[in-house]
Amino acid sequence: MSLAENTTRSIPDRLRSPLRSKVVSWETLLLGVAIGIFVFNSLASPYFLDAWNLSDATFNFTEKAMIAFAMALLIIAGEIDLSVAAIIALASTAMGVAMEMGAGTPVLVLVGLGTGLLCGAFNGALVTKLGLPSIVVTIGTMSLFRGISFIILGDGAFRGYPSDFSWFGQGYVFWVISVELVIFVILAIFFGILLHKTNFGRAVYAIGNNPTGALFSGIRVDRVKMILFLMTGLMAGLAAVCLTSRLGSTRPSIATGMELEVVTMVVLGGVNILGGSGSIPGVVIAAFVMGLVTFGLGLLNVPGIVMSIFIGLLLIGVIALPRLWAMWRKS
Amino acid sequence: MQSQKNGSAESSSSTPILQLDQITKTFPGVKALDAVRLSLYPGEVTALIGENGAGKSTVVKTLTGIYQPDGGRILLDGQAIKFDTPQSAADAGVTAIHQETVLFDELTVAENIFIGHAPKTKFGLIDKTAMFDRTAEILDGIGAKIDGRVKLKDLGIASRHLVAIARALSVDARVVIMDEPTAALSQTEIEELYELVDTLKAQGKAILFISHKFDEIFRIADRFTVFRDGQFVGEGEIANVQESDLVQMMVGRAVDQLFPKREADIGETILEVKDYCHPTEFEDINFSLRKGEILGFYGLVGAGRSEFMQSLIGITRPSKGSVEVEGVQQDIRSPAGAIDAGIVYVPEDRGKQGAITDLPIFQNVTLPSLNAISNKGFLQLAEEFKLAREYTERLDLRAASLDTNVGALSGGNQQKVVIAKWLATKPKVIILDEPTKGIDIGSKAAVHDFMSELAAEGLSVIMVSSEIPEILGMSDRVIVMREGRMVAELDGDDMNPETLVRHAVGIASTENVT
Repeated sequence: MSLAENTTRSIPDRLRSPLRSKVVSWETLLLGVAIGIFVFNSLASPYFLDAWNLSDATFNFTEKAMIAFAMALLIIAGEIDLSVAAIIALASTAMGVAMEMGAGTPVLVLVGLGTGLLCGAFNGALVTKLGLPSIVVTIGTMSLFRGISFIILGDGAFRGYPSDFSWFGQGYVFWVISVELVIFVILAIFFGILLHKTNFGRAVYAIGNNPTGALFSGIRVDRVKMILFLMTGLMAGLAAVCLTSRLGSTRPSIATGMELEVVTMVVLGGVNILGGSGSIPGVVIAAFVMGLVTFGLGLLNVPGIVMSIFIGLLLIGVIALPRLWAMWRKS
Repeated sequence: MQSQKNGSAESSSSTPILQLDQITKTFPGVKALDAVRLSLYPGEVTALIGENGAGKSTVVKTLTGIYQPDGGRILLDGQAIKFDTPQSAADAGVTAIHQETVLFDELTVAENIFIGHAPKTKFGLIDKTAMFDRTAEILDGIGAKIDGRVKLKDLGIASRHLVAIARALSVDARVVIMDEPTAALSQTEIEELYELVDTLKAQGKAILFISHKFDEIFRIADRFTVFRDGQFVGEGEIANVQESDLVQMMVGRAVDQLFPKREADIGETILEVKDYCHPTEFEDINFSLRKGEILGFYGLVGAGRSEFMQSLIGITRPSKGSVEVEGVQQDIRSPAGAIDAGIVYVPEDRGKQGAITDLPIFQNVTLPSLNAISNKGFLQLAEEFKLAREYTERLDLRAASLDTNVGALSGGNQQKVVIAKWLATKPKVIILDEPTKGIDIGSKAAVHDFMSELAAEGLSVIMVSSEIPEILGMSDRVIVMREGRMVAELDGDDMNPETLVRHAVGIASTENVT
């Protein structure tokens, strides 16, 4: 710069250390909430601090969390998929049809995952090729997917899955560590690395913050979005495998309303519903918070409807808290 | 410094309507305004001049009640007054036309003008008749031939601007603040704006005019006030000051040359564009660009220059035509493809297309170069910071840290980040679309200097600009576009303002150009 002094001043990389920004973050606040609920639960019910009971509690969130990880990336990129619960219904129904035709466990799993992938591809194509808003597209496919399931099953159900199929939803890898919990941990690590450590994850953040800017910067925006829809569909397929295996049957009403719990988990985990920011550790903690709350309330014999009221209040509370804190500090 | 005369209202017979006295405004870590003063007189235009970061925007926000000063007084007709809210500033008759006034596409012109303060019937409903009558009155008053019942989306940029002005005037303004009002306007539209300013002056309104363009300031302003780094530097009458004095006051030192064009060795042909067409935006674009050359693209707003450039980098598809880079035919279908072909584009719209303002500087710089700073798809943070540092330091970026969000930087520094990000891809051709629009004079000189340096190093540069001095000062050759077509290719002695404008507006003989 011709007008500047000739001294070259070095710009520091960061002013705040990454560690310090981690300490004052949403995830830390959420972790505090999780610990609080844990302590409260263990004081409120004598049955809470039992390894097997805690293990049972994880089933409250593992299947939802599988979808929530992929959904977190999708929402950070500025899109959403509300059809995930309907994908579970369709994938589960497809597995039921395959089972009736005599398919064994490996084929059933492939059918479940494949159906999820196809549904994701359908959503993704409508959003990226036709440029439709994902919220409208997936509200549409939500009815479509579950509708197909209803046509196939009516008010009937598929039962009689092979006995080794139950391993996914009912099996244990070691002592109280369930298969689903292991899948949850593996996926948490996978999606955590994908979002936070790779080029792909960086592209996701860029798209969510400014899709036009990302496109002009040479990011293949449509391709990234398509991959995200495919992953979300695949995770819904995986959740369908686990849930069907755990329940041992398929009804068209399976997983009704689960999309909202998945989105709640993602938002509770600190992902901006408008896109652009959020983290996988946040979603992991949010999964535990939701699991602990439902399980703790269950032990206290609180009815399901009150539980959902409580989850709703928790979500609003945790989101409003930082805002209230800022307002209080200002005045 | 003869121009450092202090504002002892020496030559004014009238008293100011509005005065800022010792106004101070501090933000965490920055003193945005440090005991500044400013006086606005009825029927006169005061130009507020300063580099970006001088405190101009903060003054506007203080005057319109968005910011409350930490110290000092605001005087209205000599009486101290507080602008606690934007409403209280509006009630006092202070109104601002911002750089980008928010208007509503789906509403009519009249609804846009009266949004928030529409005349009401006795039942509390909007009195449409009164609203349309008042609209016609206001539009008439500023000489705008716009129908108040037309939807805003059906208007062109210039008419929209007039609507924004009409909206500002609909509240019985005594003080009108114009913040870079000509930024998006073509030459003819700017002339119309000048006439409007004259009308407002004649009505006795005090006008605060903020602009980076000196020709504008000398054309329109009666007085000037200069700020530098949040401090008052000087004020006076435009008639008694030279351009060079103002520049010196702004930057605090003499600027020898605004356009430091260096001689570059122009080498072999790098880019060859043939018969490039688009169904609606442009037609028959043919040109070649050589190594180390700066090729200017001049034209009025809407001549199709940006549309052509964006098509060249794969944002839109051409209907026909071919592009060769170093003799190799390219089929560019996306910006990613353009980067691979060695063509990069620094867009005009920094906030939307150029930068991702909510992400930190280092992530912005490395975004198009992710493959270079990663290993098998995994980001290497140390490499990333190294690359970001290398290019931002080359451009003399001013920022607290590389982790600062781009949105927190001044316009000039944001532009440096965007240019750094594209240089980091090591391109063969860089397209700069209005590279100095809305940035301060210091950064402007830095960008120009840097452009010359790049050309001297063998990079080929295409510069789209609507500023004649910039085009003539920087380019080796100029292509003029009008209504989507190339109408002239000028070099040597043909590169003069008259010829340029003549081709751009489509007038054959020089006599008709004023």
